[in-house]
Amino acid sequence: MDRYVKQRMGFAFLTACAIAVVAPILVVIGLIFIEGAKAVSLEFISAVPYGGMKEGGIFPAIVGTLILTVGTALASIPVGVAGTIYLAEYARDTWMTRAIRLAIVNLAGIPSIVYGLFGLGMFVLFLHMGTSILAGVLTLAIMTLPVIISTSEEALRAVPMEFRTVSASLGGTRWQGIRYIVLPQAMPGIITGIILGLLRAAGETAPILFTVAAFYLPQLPRSPFDQVMALPYHLYVISTQVPGMPMSVQYGTALVLLILVLSMNLIATVIRSYFRRRRQW
Amino acid sequence: MGARHLSLNWASSLSSKIAGLVPGRKGKPPPPAGRSYVEFLIESSIRVLGFSTIGFVLLIFFFLLREGLPIFREVAPANLFGTRWYPTFDLFGTLPLIIGSAYVTVASIAIALPLGVATAVFIREVAPHWTREVLKPLIEVLAGIPSVVLGFFGMHVLAPLVRTTMDVPTGLTAFTGAVLLAYMALPTIISVAEDAIDTVPRSYRDAALAMGATHWQTIWRVVVPAARSGIATAVMLGMGRAIGETMAVMMVTGNAARMPISLNSLFMPVRTMTATVAAEMGEVANGSVHYHSLFGIGIILFILTFLINIVAATAIFKKRHRGGLR
Repeated sequence: MDRYVKQRMGFAFLTACAIAVVAPILVVIGLIFIEGAKAVSLEFISAVPYGGMKEGGIFPAIVGTLILTVGTALASIPVGVAGTIYLAEYARDTWMTRAIRLAIVNLAGIPSIVYGLFGLGMFVLFLHMGTSILAGVLTLAIMTLPVIISTSEEALRAVPMEFRTVSASLGGTRWQGIRYIVLPQAMPGIITGIILGLLRAAGETAPILFTVAAFYLPQLPRSPFDQVMALPYHLYVISTQVPGMPMSVQYGTALVLLILVLSMNLIATVIRSYFRRRRQW
Repeated sequence: MGARHLSLNWASSLSSKIAGLVPGRKGKPPPPAGRSYVEFLIESSIRVLGFSTIGFVLLIFFFLLREGLPIFREVAPANLFGTRWYPTFDLFGTLPLIIGSAYVTVASIAIALPLGVATAVFIREVAPHWTREVLKPLIEVLAGIPSVVLGFFGMHVLAPLVRTTMDVPTGLTAFTGAVLLAYMALPTIISVAEDAIDTVPRSYRDAALAMGATHWQTIWRVVVPAARSGIATAVMLGMGRAIGETMAVMMVTGNAARMPISLNSLFMPVRTMTATVAAEMGEVANGSVHYHSLFGIGIILFILTFLINIVAATAIFKKRHRGGLR
């Protein structure tokens, strides 16, 4: 066979594969938007569910997921950013540093359900937090750490070495160089990493199954030791555990969750591309 | 924030300061006295927090062992690694679950590997710029879609499709799970494979093209083989994701704890380790044998993903020395 014919066929195959990867993504998102839009109304996002969750809205689940996401941010950002600064700016290439990197890779690879087991064993039972927002948030925060650290480390490493040497040559201490030069430069990348980590936390179900999620709880939580409903868990419950649930409610819930996650994704992408274009080094 | 006035423009002029054009630093007061003490505190806490990740891994493993190890005393090994998982009848055979996980994972990689590598090659070597700009964010969106949402889609769209096209009694099969898992592993596989292709030196391509090879021959015979170790890493990481995936698998695989040993088990229900833990943990009494057995499954999952990640990570950490200009 003519090798140029072969080339054309090869490229056609590659294109077909790329389409086979991307087309289902569009189908999933498109279908959920079209079907979900029929159910989503002001009442749907602002009312409590009633009538066996078949009627009313999903307000408590939305609030629950927002609380969990903000809580996860509060718990994971300080540790994640500090860990990143250590790895990118202070750590030398010793076996301890390598152990930290290995730990991060492993944290990133641990199945989400294992995080759920860990949260149950440590926070819920051993530390007597009970099934609570606190237990769920801490579990989600540890799960989010590796995402934050690996993405923001890249951002710190991308800052040219000259920035640090100049800072030092002007009499700045190491910390001043990091605080006033490196961190501001790397901030967009760090924020992107944080959003990507939180996005994952917001959509996870397995880690909150036994640590915080409530099957049905029409009122809002009053303290960190209360349970909450959460969007992903709610979607799981109404699509598998409740017989006779109207499809529109299921699609509506999926749509709200998808919009939440996609908008976080969009924000991260916009921040990254905006600052990448403005960056002058 | 005291650093506000350090705009991007100010910082980018730093490089010109290196050349000695502007001596000194303007507009910033000298650091107040006592600063070094505060700095010492900050830097030590950063150090401590940096090491905390190791602590978290150890804590996770410790609590899994603490709750899961008793199962090895409470249940005889023959039972524990038997073929029947019926906890209500004190049968804790984990074999169908382990094989179920392996079966679904291998099937998903069989789908995701060719698709993922081809897409990575397409993005890096063939696609025009604008296509790349569309594909990359879309694949990132896929990575961000929560697994329940994919599971939900799998239940309502993919499973009926599998049932009618394959003419099987239920669409909730190992195959349905494998397809969903393949798409969940694809973002990982594509991005790692892309990096692998990116590290193939430019000179390899130039040499092949200079010898008169077509673009396709260069890709197929030079670039992809040169990137194969990176592609192997991509597969490992994708496998790690697939084994650990819980919600989507639980929603679409039918969850029957039976041994998937023949090829046509592909179109029958199957049950994975992760789905078992997620489905049963809510119903067991704390401290019971069943409770310990689920933590025991957690130990197996932890060790499995740990090994997979170590292998993948050493491949990534290893600095490859390769000739040629990039």
